[in-house]
Amino acid sequence: MSITLDAKIPSGPIEKKWDKHRFDLKLVNPANRRKYDVIVVGTGLAGASAAASLGELGYNVLSFCIQDSPRRAHSIAAQGGINAAKNYPNDSDSVWRLFYDTLKGGDYRAREANVYRLAQVSNAIIDHCTAQGVPFGREYGGLLANRSFGGAQVSRTFYCRGQTGQQLLLGAYGSLMRQACSGRVKVFARREMVELVVVKGRARGIVCRNLVTGKLESYAAHAVCLATGGYGNAFFLSTNANSCNASAIWRAYKKGALFANPCFTQIHPTCIPVSGTYQSKLTLMSESLRNDGRVWVPKKAGDKRSPDQIPEEERDYYLERRYPAFGNLVPRDVASRASKAVCDAGQGVGPTGLSVYLDFRDAIARDGLDSIRAKYGNLIDMYHHITDEDPHKLPMRIFPAVHYTMGGLWVDYNLMTTIPGLFCLGEANFSDHGANRLGASALMQGLADGYFVIPATLSGYLASEKQEALKADAPEFKEAEAQADARIRKLLSAEGKRTAVELHRELGKLMWEDCGMWRNESGLKRALERIPELREEFHKNVRVPGKNEEFNQSLERSGRVADYLECAELIVRDALERRESCGGHFREESRTPDGEALRDDEKFCHVAAWEYAGEGKAPELHKEPLAFEHCKPSQRSYK
Amino acid sequence: MSGMKLTLKIWRQKGPGAPGELRSYGVQDISPDMSFLEMLDVLNEQLIKLGEDPVAFDHDCREGICGMCSLVIDGRAHGKDSGKTSCDMRMRGYQDGDTIAIEPFRAKGFPVVKDLVVDRSAFDRIMQAGGYVSVNAGSAPEAHSLPVPYEKAEAAMDHAACIGCGACVAACPNASAMLFVSAKVSQLALLPQGGPERARRALSMLEQHDKEGFGNCTNEGECEKVCPKSVKISSIARLNREFLRASVLY
Ligand SMILES: Cc1cc2nc3c(=O)[nH]c(=O)nc-3n(C[C@H](O)[C@H](O)[C@H](O)COP(=O)(O)OP(=O)(O)OC[C@H]3O[C@@H](n4cnc5c(N)ncnc54)[C@H](O)[C@@H]3O)c2cc1C
Ligand code: FES
Repeated sequence: MSITLDAKIPSGPIEKKWDKHRFDLKLVNPANRRKYDVIVVGTGLAGASAAASLGELGYNVLSFCIQDSPRRAHSIAAQGGINAAKNYPNDSDSVWRLFYDTLKGGDYRAREANVYRLAQVSNAIIDHCTAQGVPFGREYGGLLANRSFGGAQVSRTFYCRGQTGQQLLLGAYGSLMRQACSGRVKVFARREMVELVVVKGRARGIVCRNLVTGKLESYAAHAVCLATGGYGNAFFLSTNANSCNASAIWRAYKKGALFANPCFTQIHPTCIPVSGTYQSKLTLMSESLRNDGRVWVPKKAGDKRSPDQIPEEERDYYLERRYPAFGNLVPRDVASRASKAVCDAGQGVGPTGLSVYLDFRDAIARDGLDSIRAKYGNLIDMYHHITDEDPHKLPMRIFPAVHYTMGGLWVDYNLMTTIPGLFCLGEANFSDHGANRLGASALMQGLADGYFVIPATLSGYLASEKQEALKADAPEFKEAEAQADARIRKLLSAEGKRTAVELHRELGKLMWEDCGMWRNESGLKRALERIPELREEFHKNVRVPGKNEEFNQSLERSGRVADYLECAELIVRDALERRESCGGHFREESRTPDGEALRDDEKFCHVAAWEYAGEGKAPELHKEPLAFEHCKPSQRSYK
Repeated sequence: MSGMKLTLKIWRQKGPGAPGELRSYGVQDISPDMSFLEMLDVLNEQLIKLGEDPVAFDHDCREGICGMCSLVIDGRAHGKDSGKTSCDMRMRGYQDGDTIAIEPFRAKGFPVVKDLVVDRSAFDRIMQAGGYVSVNAGSAPEAHSLPVPYEKAEAAMDHAACIGCGACVAACPNASAMLFVSAKVSQLALLPQGGPERARRALSMLEQHDKEGFGNCTNEGECEKVCPKSVKISSIARLNREFLRASVLY
């Protein structure tokens, strides 16, 4: 297939592009909308907001999720907040500044026009969520409160205590339930999409596995939206929920959708460290802790003294030392790498040597215990509960963990993939965060995509493409069902000796070691050899109990692991190909003399979009060049 | 590794309507740092290797926010730690040789799907009856056009914290879901944005609650004891007031 990547960026000045585009897009007559069926897979912030808004417009929407209720999507776990350019605090924020910060934060690997639109619609998101009854934090005067988040120099983050994702999702879920009540949205919970159905080159439906009965079910539509979240669990341990998967976008990839920048993964610096091999997930400790906590390790490698026995002059406050201007508030990727570096040098603490201290001693002495507890009491208690260590007495121990994937399906300005009629929203697409996402910007992007972008662009697609009626018993559906069925049978018939979880853990370890925070040519090449071996071992030696025609969580898990074993290879291949450091992607070979990430704009100022070439064949790389007319790329510096 | 040895008595049930029973299993090498669900993972890995059917249980976020996990542990919804979900439970509270009984959230409105997994879709239907503000994307006024007193916003958030897990139902002798309903009704009644639909919301959510087969509240107070998000029973008192107010209006 020869593919030209056309991002379909509208012409005109950047501030006018989105308005102009919305005017240029064709409309579907309100009376005709009910004749169009739209599938939305996923009910996180992106999917729930899209399904609800499309229902509000009058389309017939089919909404799918893995959990037993749409309200439980992974977005529920987001803590810190959501950005918008309201400039309520009068600290000189603006659409332009949010645009600039997001583009720079992403290390100049995102599209200007998309990012500008994101900043532009951000304010309408806050208005809408407030109207839905989302209980944002407020000031005594009754107006909305803002905080500075993730080292931003303006206070543009809106929040609901430490449960912002939950509240935003419940708002979107409420809107979705309202549409379900009106009959315009049908919700299918406990369904996992296992195939995409492409008819005459267009996305026309999906095949799902009903997770209660095991039955494969086909659904036809005029367009399909994937809002299935990120693929961070390719690393096994991450801050993601257990069911997060690459499977939906991986099926789309194998049917012809290009996968962009798969190697761009975000590693969050403040997570509770790994404590044992049984561990099933890593818990995030909010970024806000770095506002008052100081990060340090003992100066001497292998120092086993209790932290309170280590005198001041024998402590290495390495973030403050290396980055005097930003100190403990450097961006996520920079902080994570610095922590890894000290642990590699043997200065790490805790039983495994893979953690660093986050210390509130000085903040407590300065502001008093009450004031620190007022800000972080719930986090301190959570840490205490999980680790059985009391942060009032001894510093917390933290370590970086995989948190977010900036990569995802390639989409144009309309959020359409390279398969016509297949749209991709939220964390599942690659669109707005470049090589590194800023704190509180994922929630903003998910809701921008769902509430405001998709209702316009999907309508434009439906209005301009005449499509024949199609039923879910067309041969293409039967064929897709047969493909899914064959994969399921293969998993069940291996009858080997190892569990999918064990093999997943092994994949995660390999990815973390060779394609984690610190990547180099030889490690990546090694991973490229090891992953196919592990995949072979999986298909030969996995043991999946039970049968398909029942509620079978082991089968669900093994299907997702099988896809991760393929997706991981693409992540590594992309990381190998991108011989520069940018954002969360750090190549040891591409460093400044003092060890910081060094971009190579001459060779790598592009989106790397991978095309599936068939079983056993190397995927084909397509490049979408990135042009910067408004923000000239500069080297990020936090010194 | 030398960890704890435990005996687990787990409810096994093949499917909806099938007979179920408590069956005993042994696990060993359980570290006190494990979460309760990680302990069940250990059991399941062991069962898969023995060629047996692993225990089905719902879970996802494993950090107390999605509301998926739903275990009755030694007779108490979400176990003995108050203010915590099942996934938040740690094994630190147990000792070598302990026996632990694990059952699903039981209620007429929550039929068993398999083993420890129940069907809570009734909660979605109650929400469909009115657990929202009817506002279309794009039509909202500027967020600051309606100030909300700080205390009201905070109180609304206390109610909004509900994760919809259903522990309140599992703990209630009447299998009532009033705490769940009252949390949403109260959140939206406290905010001006919820005002226009306030009466209709309370009436129709309660009507759906009854239709789903959940019982009445007789002030037993069991719900608030197990609520992992500390939603208080006073929320139900507010719901009752909302109901009275609405009944007068309609
Ligand atoms: C602990 C944590 C804290 C965070 N805090 C913040 C924060 O403070 N601010 C911020 O901006 N971002 C934060 N993030 C990131 C943010 O939460 C996510 O990026 C965002 O919520 C993703 O939303 P989504 O709608 O794209 O996908 P998700 O919320 O992941 O939803 C995916 C949906 O797709 C469904 N699905 C997946 N696969 C399939 C399939 N095969 N078939 C059918 N359905 C499927 C799922 O059931 C689910 O409904 C945080 C992330 C984590 C992990
Ligand atoms: S698994 Fe999400 S609350 Fe327990």
